[in-house]
Amino acid sequence: MSTAVSGDGGTGLALQASGLNFSYADGHAVFADVSLDVRHREIVCLLGGSGCGKSSLLRVLARLEAPASGDIRFLGEPLQAPHPRAALVFQQPGLLPWLDAAGNAGFGLDFEHQPRLTPVERAARIEQALSAVGLAGHAHRYPAQLSGGMAQRVALARALAREPQLLFADEPFSALDAITRAEMQALLVEVVHRWHTAALLVTHDIDEAILVADRILLMGEAPGRIVREWVVDLERPREQADPAAVTALRLDILSALHALRAH
Amino acid sequence: MASRLLLPLAGLLLAVLGWAAGAVWLAHGMPIASAFAPLESAASLWQLVSAGELWPHVVVSLKRVAVGLLLAILIGVPLGVLTGLSRRFTQATAPLFQFLRMVSPLSWMPLAVMVLGVGDAPVYFLLAFAAVWPILLNTASGVAQLDPNWLLLARSLSATRTETVLRIVLPGITAHILTGVRLAIGIIWIVLVPAEMLGVSAGLGYFILDTRDRLAYSELMAVIVLVGALGYALDHLARAAHARWLHR
Ligand SMILES: Nc1ncnc2c1ncn2[C@@H]1O[C@H](COP(=O)(O)OP(=O)(O)O)[C@@H](O)[C@H]1O
Ligand SMILES: [Mg+2]
Repeated sequence: MSTAVSGDGGTGLALQASGLNFSYADGHAVFADVSLDVRHREIVCLLGGSGCGKSSLLRVLARLEAPASGDIRFLGEPLQAPHPRAALVFQQPGLLPWLDAAGNAGFGLDFEHQPRLTPVERAARIEQALSAVGLAGHAHRYPAQLSGGMAQRVALARALAREPQLLFADEPFSALDAITRAEMQALLVEVVHRWHTAALLVTHDIDEAILVADRILLMGEAPGRIVREWVVDLERPREQADPAAVTALRLDILSALHALRAH
Repeated sequence: MASRLLLPLAGLLLAVLGWAAGAVWLAHGMPIASAFAPLESAASLWQLVSAGELWPHVVVSLKRVAVGLLLAILIGVPLGVLTGLSRRFTQATAPLFQFLRMVSPLSWMPLAVMVLGVGDAPVYFLLAFAAVWPILLNTASGVAQLDPNWLLLARSLSATRTETVLRIVLPGITAHILTGVRLAIGIIWIVLVPAEMLGVSAGLGYFILDTRDRLAYSELMAVIVLVGALGYALDHLARAAHARWLHR
């Protein structure tokens, strides 16, 4: 587990984006003039209706796509390509069916543009990541033998094994049943805290945002932009937070969403 | 569990009974046809196998299958990858491939013998020609169906082009290639026997013609049974390889 925070120019920020604009080949703007920060060890939820450009924004922030204009800094450095200390989790686990859980968890660890690890370090990272997601005993199972929730746990382990400073997650639990989803939400918060990493979680689920986030960013559409921000200082675990405060936040978010629709 | 073994056995037993009845009925008009009967055939098979007379032919045939399959893979996989990756290549070749696929490979036999001479070469050509299509088409659909999440994963790891091909694309299409190989083995095995009936002096196809010339009908039936059994075993192997790769 990494506790070292690499240099960030003294800003305390894992990610810093300003004035981002982006459009696909067809030319119409997907999002415009987006600025946002993610602090070290902070969980930020990007909340918005489907189609408002959340996934596109996440992909640009992770530098899987290049912005049309704007500036992205990762740990204080301008970001020109996907960063070795940033890891991604998507809605689909995207596991490689020819590798077992350990192989999948370690898949990101021996690429040319990733930090060099000795076989011992690599094995240790895989083992820590798998046990962090509760799959220590399933290292040699193959994706075809895993449930949807277990597969998503392996995908999370694959991200953790790279010891990210920032975890990008795009609706990682929306394909899971409600019970598994609740388990995974709790697990995400737990491992993000244990790994001392920051997380940017895209979701269209208000309750998920309230359960997980330190800060919620509400995204409006056409073109996508960030319209409001809430700092969530409710007690953790959130299931035990003051119900009145939770409800108040929920209603506030709902009315902000309504105001967006009305426009 | 019992029915998984019992029902297929019952089916086979019924077929053997039908075979026996057919031989008896045929023997009414043609006494020599009694040699087709199951017991006589089984005796011949036992004799041929224990005398070691059949093995050289089996080995020659299996070698031809292996060479034909290997050629088909070497040609079919790269062409399939191209087809899967490039729309223009697909558009340029689709009618040609469909056309060639629809011509029975055996039609090329006279031409193949003229160009490649008598011997193994034209047989390899015919087998590879017959087997290349399922491999090509399955490889192409494997490339087209590559999980976009895998490619995204490769990009998020800043994978080089070589890393992407070797660690994602090739393993990612292997299941499809194995499906193609399995279909190809089935086709090769069917084309093999007639392909070995011309211009060669060994192999199971040759042996079948030979039994006919010697009027050794019980041996003919014995070889047919053996051809079926070997084909069944080959298909089983290919299936097992496929299942093993996917860990199903
Ligand atoms: N690869 C793409 N090419 C062109 N348009 C796209 C692509 N991906 C998404 N879009 C469009 O961009 C807009 C935002 O999509 P997306 O970022 O997926 O939103 P969200 O994740 O909030 O649902 C939508 O109008 C969608 O149709
Ligand atoms: Mg999305």
